[in-house]
Parts: sequence; C-alpha cells; structure tokens
Amino acid sequence: MLNLKKDLVVIGGGPAGLAAAKSAYDDGIKDVMIIERDMELGGILPQCIHNGFGLHYFNEELTGPEYAQRFINDVEERNIEVKLDTMVLDVTKDKKVYAMNKEEGFLEIEAKAVVLAMGCRERTAGAIGIPGTRPAGVITAGTAQRYTNIEGFVPGDEVVILGSGDIGLIMARRMKLEGADVKAVCELLPYTGGLTRNVVQCLEDYDIPLMLNHTVTAIKGEGRLEAVEISEVDENLKPIPETAKTIKADTLLLSVGLIPENELSKKADVVLDDRTGGPIVNEGRETNIEGIFACGNVLHVHDLVDWVTEESQIAGSYAAKYIKDNFTKTEKCAEVKSGENVAYVIPQKIELEAGDRNRIPLYMRVSTPLTAVDINLYADGEKLYSFSEPFAKPGEMLSVPLAQKTLDDLGNVDEIKVDIIEKEGE
Amino acid sequence: MSKKYDVIIIGAGISGCAVAWKLARYNLDILLLEKEADVATGTTKANTAIMHAGYNADPDKLKGRLNVKGNEEIREVSKKLNIPYEEIGSLVVGLEGDDLTVIDELYQKGLKNNVKNMEIVDRDWLFENEPNISRDAVKALWAPTAGVITPWEAALAMAQNAVANGAEVKLETEVKDIMTKDGKVEGVKTNQGNFAADYVVNAAGLYADEVAKMVGIEKINITPRKGEYYIYDHAKDFAVNHVVFPVPTPISKGIVVTPTVENNLLIGPTSQNVESKTDLATTKEGLKEVYEGAKKLYPELDLRNTIRVFAGLRAADETEDFVIEAAENVKGFVNVAGIQSPGLASSTAIAGYTRDILADEGLNLSEKKNVIETREEPVRFYEMTNQERAKMVDQNKDYGQIICRCETVSYKEIVDAINSPVGARTVNAVKRRTRAGAGRCQGGFCGPRVVDILAQELGIDPTEVKQEEGNSQILEYKIKELLGSKVMDNA
Repeated sequence: MLNLKKDLVVIGGGPAGLAAAKSAYDDGIKDVMIIERDMELGGILPQCIHNGFGLHYFNEELTGPEYAQRFINDVEERNIEVKLDTMVLDVTKDKKVYAMNKEEGFLEIEAKAVVLAMGCRERTAGAIGIPGTRPAGVITAGTAQRYTNIEGFVPGDEVVILGSGDIGLIMARRMKLEGADVKAVCELLPYTGGLTRNVVQCLEDYDIPLMLNHTVTAIKGEGRLEAVEISEVDENLKPIPETAKTIKADTLLLSVGLIPENELSKKADVVLDDRTGGPIVNEGRETNIEGIFACGNVLHVHDLVDWVTEESQIAGSYAAKYIKDNFTKTEKCAEVKSGENVAYVIPQKIELEAGDRNRIPLYMRVSTPLTAVDINLYADGEKLYSFSEPFAKPGEMLSVPLAQKTLDDLGNVDEIKVDIIEKEGE
Repeated sequence: MSKKYDVIIIGAGISGCAVAWKLARYNLDILLLEKEADVATGTTKANTAIMHAGYNADPDKLKGRLNVKGNEEIREVSKKLNIPYEEIGSLVVGLEGDDLTVIDELYQKGLKNNVKNMEIVDRDWLFENEPNISRDAVKALWAPTAGVITPWEAALAMAQNAVANGAEVKLETEVKDIMTKDGKVEGVKTNQGNFAADYVVNAAGLYADEVAKMVGIEKINITPRKGEYYIYDHAKDFAVNHVVFPVPTPISKGIVVTPTVENNLLIGPTSQNVESKTDLATTKEGLKEVYEGAKKLYPELDLRNTIRVFAGLRAADETEDFVIEAAENVKGFVNVAGIQSPGLASSTAIAGYTRDILADEGLNLSEKKNVIETREEPVRFYEMTNQERAKMVDQNKDYGQIICRCETVSYKEIVDAINSPVGARTVNAVKRRTRAGAGRCQGGFCGPRVVDILAQELGIDPTEVKQEEGNSQILEYKIKELLGSKVMDNA
C-alpha cells in the first residue's frame, strides 16, 4: 500500500474537479492531486461532441471536448498531479482518501482538504419501475451517447426516447444524424426537462415529435426490445388506459433524471439535502465536514457546464483558504430556505466571516414553469428586494447575487428565503 | 455420435446443476445440457432466493420431506462450494386482524417436518429484533434455520464442481427429442447433434412437461406461475433483518420482505398463473400488489431506492408437488419436474433423491478415488475490506482496475468469470458471476466496458455481444453503418 500526503485531493476529473483544482492552485495551493476513475480527464464532456458549451464562461460556442480541453490544458500547464483510471473506494471524515489503480495498486492519501467532484449518474428503467420485460436495447441516453461518440457503435435504428432531459434531446438528434428513425420523445410532464434551445435545435429542426404528457407504460420484447407502449397521462400524471398505443422500436433511451453520485460523500458522514440529492454546503461550498468541499453535479444537477465551472472555482478557492487557515465562521449561521415555487437553493447556509463573501450568487431552480416572474428575497420574513425574469423553467437554473448590504447584516439574520412567483399585476 | 454418456441431464437450472454435482463424484460420464447461453437463466435466476426452513411444506408431500433435508445440507455444501449463504432466519408475522391461528398451525406443521429451533415470538421481541416492522404486529413464527442464498451462484458452483470432477456442460444446446429403443433410453437429439446415454434426467424446469412428452409421458403439466418483484439498492438506511413473511393464504406465501445475501432489499412475489412460458413481463397491477403487500409489513417502506423490477416463472405441476420419479414406460428416464418453491431450498436433497432413483433403476454408483469436494472461492471485491483489496492488488495489478463502480468489481474478476469453467458468455452472465451491473446505475457506466471485455476475451465483435438469450445483442451497428445502408437504399 502506498501512503501519500497531499494538501488538496480533488475526487473527479470532470469540469468541476478541473476548475476546482485550477483555482486552488492559483490561490497558492500547489500540492494538489486530481483522482479520476476514467481513462481520460473531462468527465462526461468528451462524449458531448455537440456544441453549445462555454457561451457564458468563454463567450464562445465550444463542443464538450473543446471545453474540457481548455481546463485540461490549464491543469497540465500547472503540472497538477493527475491519477487516471483510479477509483476512490473510501473517503473518511478525517480526510483520508483510499483509492486503487492498476499501476500503483492501493493508495492511502492523507489530505488537508478534499473537494468532492464525482458528478452524477442517470436514473434507470428499474428505478422508475416501467412494467414489461427487460430486453436488450433499453439503456440510458448517456450510455447510448458513450456507445455512439466514444466506442463507435449505434445501439439501434428504431428509437423512442422517454424523458426530455438535455441528454435525451441531444441523443434524439444524434441518433437521427446516424440514420436512425427517432419516433418520439415522450415527456410525462406538460413541459420539457431540458433547455429551450435543445428543444428547438434537436427536435423541432429535425421534425422529431415531442409528446408532452406521455409516458412509456410497457416494454415489450424477449431478446431485444420489440416495441414500447406509450400512453397519455391525466393531470395527476396517471396513464389513461384508453390512450395506450404500441410503437415498434428496438431501442428505448431514458432521459428521466440525474442523481448526484454521493456514495463516497456518505462514507465521510457528509449530510445530504433531500431536495438536491447533494451535500448541504455553505457559501464556500464546504459541507458539514470541515475541509470537505463539493461542487458540480455531485452538489446539484446543473443545466450548463459554465455554472459548474463558476461554482467549482468558488469551491477550489475556499478549499485553498481552508488549507491556508484563512477563513473563519460566524457565530450565527443564516439558513437559506426554498420558498414558494422554489425547488432548491444553493448554498443552503451562509456562515463565513465577512470579507470572504465578495461573491455569493444563489443558484436555484423553480418547481413549476412560469412566465414573467419575480424572484423575491426575504431576510427573516422581511422582503429585501426582487429580480425580474421573463420566464422560469425547471430545466434552467437561475442565479441571483446577494447584496453586500445583506451580507453585512447577516450577523443578525437567521434565515434567508427565496420565492419565485408570477410578477405582480401581470 | 461417438461417446456414450452414462447420464445426460437436461436443463442447467438449480435442479439440473445439483443432480450433476451429486452424480459427478461417481465413476460416471455425465453431460449437462442447457438450451440458453448460461446456467441458471430460468426460474433459478428470478425467485425470492430463500432457503426455507420447511414449516410451510406439506409433510405428506415430497416437498415437505426434501425441504428440511435440503435446508440442513446447505450449511455444509455452501461452505464447501463457497456459495453465498446467510442463515438469517425467517418470520411469519401476524398483524392485528390476521387469522393468527395459522401461525400456530405452521408451528405444528414445522414440528412434523422436523424443523429445528422454531419459536413463537411476541410483539416486543419483534420490535426489538425487527425495528421497522408494522406497529400492528402481534406475534410471529420465528424459524432461525431459514436463510438467504444467491441462487444462480449456487447453480453455477454445483456445475463448476461437477466439471472439476469430470462432468461436461454444453450450453446453447436444446434437446429436440429423446431417442429410445425397445422401451429404453438411448440418448437425446439436440440442435447441436445427438448424444447417446443410458440414463436421461429431465430437469427442464418450465419445459419439463414438453420433454416428458418426448417419451410419451402425459401426466406432467407445468403451469408457469409468475412472481413479480422489486429489488432495492444496498439497504443501509432501512433495516430488515430476517426473511419476513405475512400470514400465508391457501394459495400463496404472500409478499415477502427480505434482504438478499448481498444486502439488497427484495420485495415480492406475486403469484399468478400465466399462459406463456416466456412471459417475464412485470405488470402495473403486479408491482402495485407487491408494494402494497410489503407496506403492510413495513409501513415506512417507499420505492425511492428501488433499482430494478423483475418477474420470474415458477414451474408448477398440477399436483402442486415435486414430481421426481422414474418413468414407468421408458427405462432409464427420470423426471425431476414441478420444482417450484421450496425447490431452491430442497435442491441438494432433490439431487440425492434423484441419485437414489437412478441407482434403483440400475445406475452403478461407485465413488471416484479423488473426488474434488470444494470449489475455490471466487474473488469478490465487493465484500472485501480495503486491506484485503490492497493485498489482492499487490498480487495481481489487474485487480486494481475497477470496472463496476457501484459494486466495486475489478477487471480481473470479470476476465476470470469469462475464462473459468462454465464461463460467462453474456453481459448478464458476467453480472450474475461478478455483480458488475447489478448496482444502482444498472450498468450505465460499466456496461460499455463489460461489452468490450467480453468481445475481447471471446474474440468476437462488440455487435455480437448479447445481454442474455436469443437476439439480445446490445449494439446493432457500427458508427455510420446505418447511415451507409440508408444512403444505399436511397440510391
């Protein structure tokens, strides 16, 4: 067993881990190690060969591999240590990281701080319990994307997609471009789960039918998938039996949600938020365990990688501050609560001393879609101020800054609450 | 058709594998035939995975006699063959409003069947030992000798031990007819050619009636009886400590809540006769029944951490008993049919009983000199401590590469599963042997890697790699191939 000591260990070499490592390095922590379980850096980005990445962060339109490469270059320029094809098996609350790879065998790494950046996984057919058989050809959209864009195989040629998350929409177009007959994208809810631009560019531009208020009610086929039964759902999202119809298909792709991958976090006694599925963090993205930080999709599922980068820079910088013993906590912690029509807000608490709070955007998602909204902030029930947005959709994250004045007053505030409601008078 | 076998066993489910294992210790040439690409792909792969204590089986039936014997034997057999088995005990829990006299009747039946160490326990005992159980629980029958086992691993272990002792296993070999001459078995006709033998054992599970008909036996009639299930992720947050049954009804043992050996929570099964022997579809109604049934015992249970739904088919004979007997009309033909619950718990006893019938029929049983009694324990990374894993990696670096991250399965384990005797040829066969893909992401991440390793080790193209049976290829085309064919079509 190899015993190592590191200032900072970053678990996960996707966009979150890369940005966190880079920021910590630039803030003075040179002894950084990134541990990545895959054979290359970049996380899910190398298989996202479509464009649309970096519009906010770089003011450019990049593909996934291009976006990843910029940060891979940054990490290489800084000679940050990277362990590829290395699986972290365990993290303890006293920041010991246990990992394994083919070359070095078993590693025990004692870290001063840890950044959790393990990303998320896709919800599966089993998790949503679709009735029917269990043939080949029923896979998650992300797995199909890996087969197509990395491994070089097309799963099948008659495709139905369940769920309108971004990967589902992207894969609808990808399969179409490969010559497959993409018969429908079914979405249980009355609105799509993905970005508006993906609905337009991936479905509408390719005449792929989007069936809102529809779900797959049976999977048919013994060896390979033969058909799916789809049904319309009522206002309570229950399938209406009379509407059931069978569509011939050899492939069913699932894009029915992403789940932050926090099995390691739990081993370190990190407390999770039921709403996000990720750790509860303060504004420095520090979890309840001192010196263990979290960012990217392990913290909450993001819509755009640009926000992952922004958030991970915060986590990396605060991890650097922590290692340099450069931040302290306030005596009183202000809880950030999700009010009306808010699915969640990140961070869930504000507890660091003033001076460290030069930028604290609140990231949030709305519960149900609305047009013309006010995002209202309250401190201990008293309305602080509002931001207006032309629309709010669950598929798209919102972010608002906290005013410095509010932050200065925080010593006296117990609770900050956010709600997102229809604009008054509209 | 050159070699002549002493015994051909049709069907490599738990019963066929157990018979092969039992007979392989004698000086016999044994051939085990399976129509699918792996052992244990029928009823054996989809059931409640319980070693029943034996109080439920009717003492007057074969089931009642063989259950307790099988339950007692498994302790030693599981150790020798390294089969994952945990003797966690079972509870039949009576709730307020249930007919509680049934619990006492089961206790009496258990005594008749010679089930050891049973106790009737009260609600205080239950709340202490089964903390999440319904507050309506009144009392329960506790049978500490019941356990949970990994059924496909049990079948595989027996098949592998049989091979180690000289038996042959042929997969993807479907019996089409039985050859007889002058009222005596001569062999079998299969899709892979004919095989001669003096004795044929029919352990064809759901298809045992069809095989029996090949020699003119009409009295076996197998009805597929479907059971639907939910399986949960590793149950860390919700403790279930025993195999927990409700009070049974005359037709079913009811919806069971149990941990598996690997500590996943399992709930099910329903019990419904179906038409087709291939109808493995779960249904909305069935899954609802399972969940509602489980919630009666565990009201706090929700479906949030379920990772898969599945259905299995019990091979129920119309006698509702095991049918293990020599054919009256054809010498050398023995049926091992109607092996429904408690078939798994009875498997070793079924094998012993079958051996005795074969001996009565004239099969000469002389034990080999150097019988291999044990099966080497496969490396199971998922159940090792980090220290143990570190030691393994020091010995062989291929253990250092983790392929399945949910279940911590290494590259070496997968390669070994493919290359060991009765090796894995399909993605599901790898899953059964190693647990790669059996976790919460259900192969989302390791699937492509497992396909790749299978293709490499078997020397086939990834588009030929199957999930399980028939035409279950996972990948249909190489990139641009489909596009090419469409362009050609248009031209």
